[in-house]
Amino acid sequence: MTERDDPAVLRLTGIVKTFPGVRALDGVDLEVRAGEVHCLLGQNGAGKSTLIKVLAGAHRPDAGQIWWRGETVTFADPQSAMSAGIATIYQELDLVDELSVAENIYLGHEPRTAGFVRRPAQRRAARDLLGRLGHPEIPAGRAVGRLSPAAKQIVSMARALSRRARLIVMDEPSAVLAHDEVANLFRVVRELTAQGIAVIYISHRLEEIREIGDRVTVLKDGATSAMNLPARTTPTRELVTRMTGRTIEYVFPERRDFTPSGPPLLAVEGLTRDGEFADVSLTVHPGEIVGIAGLVGAGRSELLETVYGARRARAGRVRLGGAVLRPGRVGAAVRAGLGLAPEERKSQALLLDEPVYRNATLATFARFARAGFTDSARERAEATRVAGSLQLVPADVRRPVRTLSGGNQQKVVLGRWLLGDTKLLLLDEPTRGVDVGARADLYGVIRSLAESGVGVLLVSSEVPEVLGLSDRVLVMREGRIVREAPAAQLDEDTVLDLVMAGSLREEEPS
Amino acid sequence: MIDVMTRRSPSPADGTSWLRSDRGEPVRRNLGLVGVLALLYLIGAVVRPDIFLDGGRLWSNELTVLTQAASIGVVTVGMTFVMISGGIDLSVGALLALASVWCTTVATQSYGPGVMILTALVVGTASGLVNGLLIAYGRLVPFIATLAMMVAARGLSQKISGKLTQIVKVDAINKIAVDRILGVPELVWIMLLVAALGWILLNRTTFGRRTVAIGGNAEAARLAGLNVRRHTVLIYMLSGLCCGIAAIMVTSLSNAGSSDHGNLYELSAIAAAIIGGTLLSGGRGTIVGSILGVVVFTQISNLFVIKNLQLEYQLIAQGAIIVAAVLIQQFRIGALRRPA
Repeated sequence: MTERDDPAVLRLTGIVKTFPGVRALDGVDLEVRAGEVHCLLGQNGAGKSTLIKVLAGAHRPDAGQIWWRGETVTFADPQSAMSAGIATIYQELDLVDELSVAENIYLGHEPRTAGFVRRPAQRRAARDLLGRLGHPEIPAGRAVGRLSPAAKQIVSMARALSRRARLIVMDEPSAVLAHDEVANLFRVVRELTAQGIAVIYISHRLEEIREIGDRVTVLKDGATSAMNLPARTTPTRELVTRMTGRTIEYVFPERRDFTPSGPPLLAVEGLTRDGEFADVSLTVHPGEIVGIAGLVGAGRSELLETVYGARRARAGRVRLGGAVLRPGRVGAAVRAGLGLAPEERKSQALLLDEPVYRNATLATFARFARAGFTDSARERAEATRVAGSLQLVPADVRRPVRTLSGGNQQKVVLGRWLLGDTKLLLLDEPTRGVDVGARADLYGVIRSLAESGVGVLLVSSEVPEVLGLSDRVLVMREGRIVREAPAAQLDEDTVLDLVMAGSLREEEPS
Repeated sequence: MIDVMTRRSPSPADGTSWLRSDRGEPVRRNLGLVGVLALLYLIGAVVRPDIFLDGGRLWSNELTVLTQAASIGVVTVGMTFVMISGGIDLSVGALLALASVWCTTVATQSYGPGVMILTALVVGTASGLVNGLLIAYGRLVPFIATLAMMVAARGLSQKISGKLTQIVKVDAINKIAVDRILGVPELVWIMLLVAALGWILLNRTTFGRRTVAIGGNAEAARLAGLNVRRHTVLIYMLSGLCCGIAAIMVTSLSNAGSSDHGNLYELSAIAAAIIGGTLLSGGRGTIVGSILGVVVFTQISNLFVIKNLQLEYQLIAQGAIIVAAVLIQQFRIGALRRPA
């Protein structure tokens, strides 16, 4: 399949994609050859997901060119990318659990005669494809919902093959797999490349990239920072450096000296939830900001929600100001002085059609009420006061939250807890989907909250954010805390390295 | 329905009226319903000028319409709360029948009107409690839980009554449907009173705020510390209470308790709420809209009745109106949520 002069089957030049307030891609170059495994590396927010969607035809780039098998192309929609021979396997596999393996593989392009699916032919062809991938043991007639995550991935790949894909994009395929299943996945990937198919492989695990990858392209802040590095021989130090050292400077409030005094405000002891996190102990003092760094899937959000009582721990306990919180009781936690700004703002925190002030008082309207009657005037006044201190734009608290920008929506969520007697604030990805300018505002708010004596436990995928904002940092990997240190003693490289599997320094101490 | 094409104003500060802003949306819709009512009177004036152009006869006809609407109106107030919270209550008609049968047994009647009323209210509320517990703590889908209750309560009321009509011999009960205050039947006053209390409960109390919050985003409500389950139970109890009140009204109007009372009330109440602007997906709805919806619905039936058309046509027309109301609703919500 490398019969063309250009060895590259896919070539991207200067891809730009802008969303309102965010420049998600800002000049991405990429070159992928037939039959190679090309690894894409970058921090969260570097633009990997957007790039995948551009390749899949889900986003149209604002500028730049896509060369596909020697010709420039534009993909109007996912169908056209698919029929051109680019298949994407997302982390969240888009399989239909209720349908059989064969039906999933041929979903949308079933072999048929006069509108009737030729089921025996479909099943035979599916069996053939699974065989080619080295997995003839997966029954073509079984419902996909009954398969293991690993087998589902194989089915996704078979589907790509059935579409005669020349390029398969895999978004963190190993994230859901156990160790021996990863080895299996690699065998399949090698099968594919041996047939001349190109694979774009995205993973945070450097040792995987070393094992399966041919070449590496590194993204940083929406642009390519290094192209076509040899996957096996490039030093880890160089890869990490290419991913860090931001060009966009985060505007953090000036670092302060914080020495915790007195007993801790929050004390978590041996908290465990099976399959999510194990034996987590941590403390937060009044006025302290403690940051948790870790990858998506490392158990961070689950930990925060368990501390909050939205999930019930199997073991361990949470104490706030000395009193043990009843597990699994959000109401009790809120009354005790806990507040949570959840990861998914829109689905977990906001009533989008309701006005700003009613969102801001969602946790406190009963306290403003007299004998069960709400006091909207007072709620509006209090919300307006908080909106002023948060520099909410627009300042009119009667507007529906839906009409606000992401950053201002997040301010409304923070404002909710400013209105109560919140002693400890849990922040889960507080700046996700927030543009750079509004981030600085939010950082300022979080810091001034801490200075007023509120304890903050912060989770973020963005290492600079954790380092820039926190007094103390915990690094979490695969459900465990693997390192704890004052933020001043850590740098981005060290944390990123710990987060991504500790290939640089000592083995994990746990 | 008249101002379907009204565009959302970019900001209330730029001189456009409050009515045209987001916040004016429910009011615009209710004005639309008033417009529909006016249209129905116009149609009435054309098809039956003898009634609709004669002040006295029109007044008495309209009192008939409102009296017919009264019990459905009361049930619809409860239904509106349930639907705003994101649920549905299919059991209202059956609960009405159960409450009416239970409060008119020979034994209950022997205790007098007070005990009869109390019985109806307790039976309705207790059945609502069962619905709520099944939904909030048994994690049944509201549709299924109340569907089961609909069948079971109808069966139980047939069992209690032996499928016989239970004549009411207590005058105080029968008089409710006969007596008038200021020339308006007491049944209409009861509906207006329940609607007014419902309006206050929805718009001025923490109970109403919780209801809207749960329907708007149950997960957000839970993570803000609201006790979503307990409140869900209370909402279904409220719906059951409304069925108990309506049971007294229907019993009084027919001078009898019967397991056939409240037939298809669930459909009328849901349809009225939808016509009145309540979202099936929850989070939005108004009491005024729901009551207007009931009146529009009943007025249409009335037109068919006085034109001596068969019930079949009436049902077909009502079905068409429900579809039209939902289509308009989707169209408006789409327009509202489109980014400016």
